[in-house]
Amino acid sequence: MTDPLPFRPLTAGSQPPYDVPGYRSTQRRFPRQPLHPIPHTITETTGPQFSERMFPASVDLTCNKTGQPAIGERIIVAGRITDEDGRSVPHTMVEIWQANATGRYDHPGDQHDAPLDPNFHGAGRVFTDADGFYRFLTIRPGAYPWPNHRNAWRPNHIHFSFFGPAFATRLVTQMYFPGDPLLSLDPIFNGVPDAAARDRLVAAFDLDLTEPDYALGYRFDVVLRGRAATPMED
Amino acid sequence: MPHATASQTIGPYWHLVEDKDWADLTRFGAEGEKIVLTGTIYDGDGLPCPDACVEIWQTDPPVSDTFPGFGRSNSDANGVFRLVTVKPGPVSGRGNAQQAPHIAIWVLSRGLMKGLATRAYFQDEPLNETDPLLQSIEEPARRSTLVATPGAPGSWRFDIHLQGDRETVFLDV
Ligand SMILES: [Fe+2]
Repeated sequence: MTDPLPFRPLTAGSQPPYDVPGYRSTQRRFPRQPLHPIPHTITETTGPQFSERMFPASVDLTCNKTGQPAIGERIIVAGRITDEDGRSVPHTMVEIWQANATGRYDHPGDQHDAPLDPNFHGAGRVFTDADGFYRFLTIRPGAYPWPNHRNAWRPNHIHFSFFGPAFATRLVTQMYFPGDPLLSLDPIFNGVPDAAARDRLVAAFDLDLTEPDYALGYRFDVVLRGRAATPMED
Repeated sequence: MPHATASQTIGPYWHLVEDKDWADLTRFGAEGEKIVLTGTIYDGDGLPCPDACVEIWQTDPPVSDTFPGFGRSNSDANGVFRLVTVKPGPVSGRGNAQQAPHIAIWVLSRGLMKGLATRAYFQDEPLNETDPLLQSIEEPARRSTLVATPGAPGSWRFDIHLQGDRETVFLDV
């Protein structure tokens, strides 16, 4: 039987380490042992595929809780998902979740003293098209405080979850907004060592995505791991 | 070409996209030996982690209309996750190797900048003795962190220690 083609190793510096001293919650949760090497098998090179038929999309977060419009600045977020060889990742599921315009999550664990919006839940699910493009509508999320250190505030962000073709391509990340003064202070964002890799977590304002008299558009492109060029030696 | 996009923590509020049904991989009527895979997630102080996301993926039985192969469970206030699935059989490994029955696991939580990958094997499987991954872990105590143990009938226990003396073996997937 032919061995499955593995995915290439992640590039040093482009991914955060587990141990980020400035992010306090990592300190009792990061593994102290080195990760154990594993040649990719069928378990790692295949992964779940979600169809829109079984997992209906929900692309308009501005009104997907009650049908009534949520409060805040409407925005359009769109982009393309490719692999490290520039090939599009078609028909893959993208999960999104975020705080409302006041910086409050519609979640019982969030006790931040900012108002909930009865019409905003802050969760959605979209699929890329045949060329890897996705698009959704939402409300620009507010900044919120967190207990990491004195006067700590998370920059505005939207959480994203991607699957791609394999369990090895699974990615959970956060999208940020350009020009946010909190970015340089945020230990989660700055947990990524490589400045260029950090910058790619920041969406770009995009006039072409912007719709007249409706909403500003932001572009957030995402790259998932690519296959190794040749099968690695075991 | 650009490298893969950087990971960021899932944070504590990922439950906004949680669908409780996903913890039961047999919900579409899968046939086979139904099992519960459950355990507690502990941090380096031995305290349960109540806000984690545990995802599983298995290639056996093969994905079909009745079996999605993928599941997701939160950890509850006591740090306990619980998934219902079909017990996998052996699957092919690299070369001519065969892999013992196993379930791939991906743990995400606040405080984890990236997901942690591991695998759950089953204590009653003779193939564990020749499984390439298990046999590549030299220390028996470390190896045993990847082996689920039988609990109540049909239930398998797989505790996950993120850090510390009993730290689970996490994989460089
Ligand atoms: Fe957040």
